[in-house]
Amino acid sequence: MAAKFEPVLTRNVGKPEALTLKGYRQLGGYEGLAKALTMEPDAVIDEVKKSGLRGRGGAGFPAGMKWSFIPKGKDKPKYLVCNADESEPGTFKDRLLMENDPHQLIEGCAICCFAVSAATCYIYIRGEYTKSAVILERALKEAYDAGILGDNVLGSGFKLNMYVHRGAGAYICGEETGMLESLEGKRGQPRVKPPFPAVVGAFGAPTVINNVETLCNVPHIITRGADWFKSIGTDEKNTGPKLYAISGHVDRPGTYEHPIGITFREMLDAAGGMWHGRQLKAFIPGGASAPILKPDQIDLKMDFDTVAKAGSMLGSAAVIVMDETTCMVRSVARLSKFFNHESCGQCTPCREGTNWMELVLDRLEHGEGTERDSQLLLSICKNIGGQSLCALGDAAIGPVKSLVDRFPEEIEQHVRNRACPFPRPRYFENGA
Amino acid sequence: MSVHEPASVKPPGPQTRGGGLSAASRAEIDGLRERYPTTEAVLLPALHIAQRQWGGWLPDEAITAVAEALDLPVARVYGVVTFYDLFHQKPVGRHRIRVCNNLSCQLRGAEEILEVLHRELGVGEDEVTPDGRCSYVHFECLGSCDTAPMMMVDDEYHENLTPNRVRQVLKGLK
Ligand SMILES: Cc1cc2nc3c(=O)[nH]c(=O)nc-3n(C[C@H](O)[C@H](O)[C@H](O)COP(=O)(O)O)c2cc1C
Ligand code: FES
Repeated sequence: MAAKFEPVLTRNVGKPEALTLKGYRQLGGYEGLAKALTMEPDAVIDEVKKSGLRGRGGAGFPAGMKWSFIPKGKDKPKYLVCNADESEPGTFKDRLLMENDPHQLIEGCAICCFAVSAATCYIYIRGEYTKSAVILERALKEAYDAGILGDNVLGSGFKLNMYVHRGAGAYICGEETGMLESLEGKRGQPRVKPPFPAVVGAFGAPTVINNVETLCNVPHIITRGADWFKSIGTDEKNTGPKLYAISGHVDRPGTYEHPIGITFREMLDAAGGMWHGRQLKAFIPGGASAPILKPDQIDLKMDFDTVAKAGSMLGSAAVIVMDETTCMVRSVARLSKFFNHESCGQCTPCREGTNWMELVLDRLEHGEGTERDSQLLLSICKNIGGQSLCALGDAAIGPVKSLVDRFPEEIEQHVRNRACPFPRPRYFENGA
Repeated sequence: MSVHEPASVKPPGPQTRGGGLSAASRAEIDGLRERYPTTEAVLLPALHIAQRQWGGWLPDEAITAVAEALDLPVARVYGVVTFYDLFHQKPVGRHRIRVCNNLSCQLRGAEEILEVLHRELGVGEDEVTPDGRCSYVHFECLGSCDTAPMMMVDDEYHENLTPNRVRQVLKGLK
C-alpha cells in the first residue's frame, strides 16, 4: 500500500472550478486524453490491462480485457455505453463523480472510445439523476465547443460523439444487456448471453459497457502509468483507488475514497464509527445484492477477492451498516421487496421466486411464520440460483441466504414470539 | 450536433388536450433523431418530453401521439410506458414527491417521513390532493443513502429530512 494515500477520483470534489472546462484543464484535466491520442489504441488497452483495473459496477471484470474483446478496425460502428444507472440500493458514488467532476468521466469515456475505435458513446444515466444529467450535458457542450469531442478530437483526426441518455426508473436497466435494450427504446429486459455485448451490443454492434467509476480511473492510469496504479491496493488483482459508499447506522455516512483493500474497521473509523456509539450487528459490503456479514468480519479487507472468500461480494462497494437495534428479518424483507419489484418478469425463476421470497419474509416479520420457513426460503433460493436469465436472480438470493445461514436465531425468535421481537424504532421525537 | 437540456428539468407545461404533440415537443423530439441509428431509440427521451407536455403523466392520447411521431405501433409504446417507474398513466399532482424507503433510508427513519406526508397531505400514496397540488409515493433507492432519510420533489433532492423539514418543504410548494 502506498505510504500516504492521496485521493485520485475525488480529488476535485468540492472544487467548483472543476465543473468548467477551463477549471478542469487547470487542474490537469484532459492530459490523459491528449497523451492517449499520441499512443497506438492497442497500447492504451495494454496499459489499462497492465494496471489491473477491474470493473467498479459490480462484477469486477478486468476492464482492459473487456476492451480487448472488441473486434479491431474502424470499418463497422462500435459503441461505448457508460453505465450511470446506479440503482443498486446503498450506492451513491457515481452520482458524486458526475455532479462534481463531469469532465473526468467524459475524458475517461473518450480514452476508452479511442482505444476500441468507437465513434459514439452513450452515457446511460438513471432518470432520477436529473442534476447529474444537466451537469454532464453542460460539460459535454463545453467539450464539443472546445474541440475535445466532435469530428476532430483535439486535432487528432479521431471522431467522437458523446450523448447523455436518460433512463426512466428501472433497476434492471443497470444490467448491461437490459441497459442496451432500454437504450434501443425497448422494455429493459436482459438478453440471453452469448452473444456478449463485445460481439453483439448496442444496435447490433460491438459494444463496451463500463461503469462510471471504472471509466473515471482511466485518465489517471494513462497519465500516471499502470505501475503507479498497481502500487495502490492489496495485490496485483485488486489495484487502485476505490470509492466506498457507506450508509446506515454510521456517524458520518458518505462516499469515501480509500486504496482498495482497506479493512471494514478502518473504513468504519473514517466514517466516524457507529451512530450514537451503538454496537455493530451486521454489514452489507457491496450493495443490496451482497450477502450480509457479521461483526466477526470487521477486519475484512474490502477488495474483490477477499470479500468473495468471506462469503459475500464487493459488488458496487456500497456498504450498509446496521446496529444492534436493527431487525434483520425486516431489513431483508425490504430488500426482497425491492428485488420483487425490480424483477423484469421475463423468466419464471426470478419473477415467481422473488415474489415468494417477499411473501414469506413479510409473514415472518408479521409473526405469521412457521418453523419451516427457513427451509422454504432456502429452497426458493435454490430454485432461483443459477436458473435465471440474468444475474438479478442471484442478486436477490444473496441477502436471503445470508439471513437464514447467519441469523437463524432471529428467524426463530419471530416464529416463537409470533411477532417481531424488536421494537419499531422511532427516529424523531414528537414528530419534530 | 444538438445538446439539449434533459427533458424533465424544465417545469411541466400546462396540460394540453386533444392537440397531440405541441410544435415545441415535436421539434425537441426531432432534434434527438440524429443521436441514434434507429428511430425507436428516441422513444424514452420522447416519452420524457411528452410527459412534461401533458403535465407529468401520459394519458392514452400522449402515448398515441408519441407512437405516431416515431412511427411505432401504439402497443409497443404502451409496453415501454408500463415498464418504467418514472412514466405515469394516472394523473399526478403538480408536484410529485418520491420518498425513498429502501434499506439505508429505512434505517434512518423513512417510515416516519411517509407518515408525515400522509398526515399533512391527507391523501394516501399515489393519490392527488383535492387541490391538485401534490401526490406522493414511496420509491426504491434514489442514490442518496448518505443523506437519509430523503425524498425527491419533482427533480430536486431533499436530504437529511426531519418531520419539520418535510413540513417546510410542503409549505414551499405552490
Ligand atoms: C441486476 C443488475 C443490476 C446492475 N446495476 C448496475 C448499475 O446500476 N451500475 C453499474 O455500473 N453496473 C450495474 N450492473 C453490472 C453491469 O451488468 C455490468 O457488469 C457493469 O456495468 C460493467 O461495468 P464494469 O465492468 O465497469 O463494472 C448490474 C448488474 C445486474 C445483474
Ligand atoms: S436507500 Fe434511500 S436513497 Fe438509497
